Amino acid sequence: MGRTLAEKVWDDHVVTHVDGEPDLLFIDLHLVHEVTSPQAFDGLRKSGRSVRRTDLTIATEDHNTPTLDIDKPIADPVSRTQLETLRKNCADFGVRLHPLGDDDQGVVHVVGPQLGLTQPGMTVVCGDSHTSTHGAFGALAFGIGTSQVEHVLATQTLPMAPFKTMAVTVDGELPDGVTAKDLILAVISKIGTGGGQGYVIEYRGEAIEKLSMEARMTICNMSIEAGARAGMIAPDETTFAYVQGRPHAPKGADWDAAVAYWKTLRTDDDAVFDREVVIDASELAPYVTWGTNPGQGAPLSQRVPDPADFDDAASRLAAERALEYMGLSAGQPLRDVAVDTVFVGSCTNGRIEDLRSAASVLSGRKVADGVRMLVVPGSVRVALQAVEEGLDKVFTAAGAEWRHAGCSMCLGMNPDQLAPGERAASTSNRNFEGRQGKGGRTHLVSPQVAAATAVTGRLASPADLSENADAEPAGV
Amino acid sequence: MEAFTTHTGRIVPLRRSDVDTDQIIPAHWLKKVTRDGFEDGLFEAWRKDPEFVLNDEAYKGGTVLVAGPDFGTGSSREHAVWALQNYGFKAVISPRFADIFRGNSLKNGLLTVVLPEQTVEALWELAESDPTAEVTVDLERRKVEAPGVDAEFELDENARWRLLEGLDDISLTLKNDDAIAAYEAERPGFKPRTQPV
Repeated sequence: MGRTLAEKVWDDHVVTHVDGEPDLLFIDLHLVHEVTSPQAFDGLRKSGRSVRRTDLTIATEDHNTPTLDIDKPIADPVSRTQLETLRKNCADFGVRLHPLGDDDQGVVHVVGPQLGLTQPGMTVVCGDSHTSTHGAFGALAFGIGTSQVEHVLATQTLPMAPFKTMAVTVDGELPDGVTAKDLILAVISKIGTGGGQGYVIEYRGEAIEKLSMEARMTICNMSIEAGARAGMIAPDETTFAYVQGRPHAPKGADWDAAVAYWKTLRTDDDAVFDREVVIDASELAPYVTWGTNPGQGAPLSQRVPDPADFDDAASRLAAERALEYMGLSAGQPLRDVAVDTVFVGSCTNGRIEDLRSAASVLSGRKVADGVRMLVVPGSVRVALQAVEEGLDKVFTAAGAEWRHAGCSMCLGMNPDQLAPGERAASTSNRNFEGRQGKGGRTHLVSPQVAAATAVTGRLASPADLSENADAEPAGV
Repeated sequence: MEAFTTHTGRIVPLRRSDVDTDQIIPAHWLKKVTRDGFEDGLFEAWRKDPEFVLNDEAYKGGTVLVAGPDFGTGSSREHAVWALQNYGFKAVISPRFADIFRGNSLKNGLLTVVLPEQTVEALWELAESDPTAEVTVDLERRKVEAPGVDAEFELDENARWRLLEGLDDISLTLKNDDAIAAYEAERPGFKPRTQPV
């Protein structure tokens, strides 16, 4: 019987296999950041161990870093200590680090691909659940906990329990104005936050093949929000073109050997998935979440659902709680929901295409009175590119704040947070209670919907703007 | 890791599904660089509500948390496991756990037990009618027992053995050092390295 993409990559990394035990997998790339690593390095010290493969390990600072005044000492002493701890650990153990202020600093899942370190057929791990992002290249990429971070640092391997395979096939073409973010939010609503539990999802089909690498990263990034262990997309010419020429991409004969191998990384025609989900792309529309988990979403054109309409008791109770927390009523049109803040950024939607997309909507328009809009590039390189293209000027001319790179308001570990009761349209990945600040309310949206929402002050898509748009020429 | 064989304690009924790791331990607690001192951060936002179950005197000292489906979704933060343990929990029972949370819990000796929704409901009803009722979570016999509840649970044999013995994963893996070195010697030359280029 044929094998799926995930099975092929897995098989190529098995160091030891014993029936009844987890396979020991070799890890090709270990990404490290300040939040989930200090206790792991501490563990190494206590047991007198070193980092086995510093040449397969790289660190950056992202979760805690401020997005303003980055040349000044970090105000929060606890955040400062955590960053200083990472710097000391990387120096002591010989790990390459891109700290705040460095041109290669940024959100860990933006930095890996942009350096060309993320390539097809690799195993990639990081102490961060959104490591699934790297699956967009046909890599098997897992988020891990701190004990596993220590394990990989010490051994460059991980014992991994077997997984199940799921195909999410997206047939047809995405309609105009519908993005990868809308697609993945629709997938999560369909299968639920636990629907992917135990599975590695492979996204396939015409609509997926037509996506850019950055859009594919948005899709794979949110696999974890469906509970999946990983998400993957088979590498193709789009993937190869994206990798080629990047600092760590193979060169010369190595490139040819790599591409020859990468081309074998496709699910065989006779391979069987444990579960298959089929989605018709042409039926999709701009999507937003109304609740407090990423599975509680609906097309923007719809109304806030009535908890009474949910079949099972747990979903009903969860919907009731969510509406109470979100301050929404059943039946309220989603387009009527007014926001205080708009956040564009994160490992989900903080890359250059996302910024271009938001800027194209904002160009010649203004952020609504009383709305605060933060634009936080995913990395310094993304920021530099955006400046070169004049996107920063579009944002600031519209009245948005152009910030320094980092995770920022996605999880509010730095000063960028929502106040209690404040409501945000956010291009990030989690609408959990308090995720973006204590008492804050989050609606997950695409960069386009975020920008349109900033203009109207209510959840909106660019299509809602066309009639009312100011007739000013585009500023890009 | 501390071994887990069997534990008997009182139940804390948490009637919620999708208990995500941001609720278990909010992000601002993750700035700490230690594995302890997280007990006050556990369910920090919910504990501001006087009606929340952890604020109910009747459930003080409970050591077995019983929650709805999809417990531990979201972030990979192991701090969620540390917070539950620092607070005093020895086991969590739910119809379904998020994968990363479950992996983290088993590596720290916090037993996560998957039981069907109706058994979870029975445990909730038991604890709500009699907060002093005790439950036994027995890993050796793979059983959960409480008045009116007698349920078997599954856990893969390897994970169970590691927990029962309190084994350190890294030491076990390093016994395969030769196999790792052999694999490394055969890796294709085109695979990237992180050294600056």
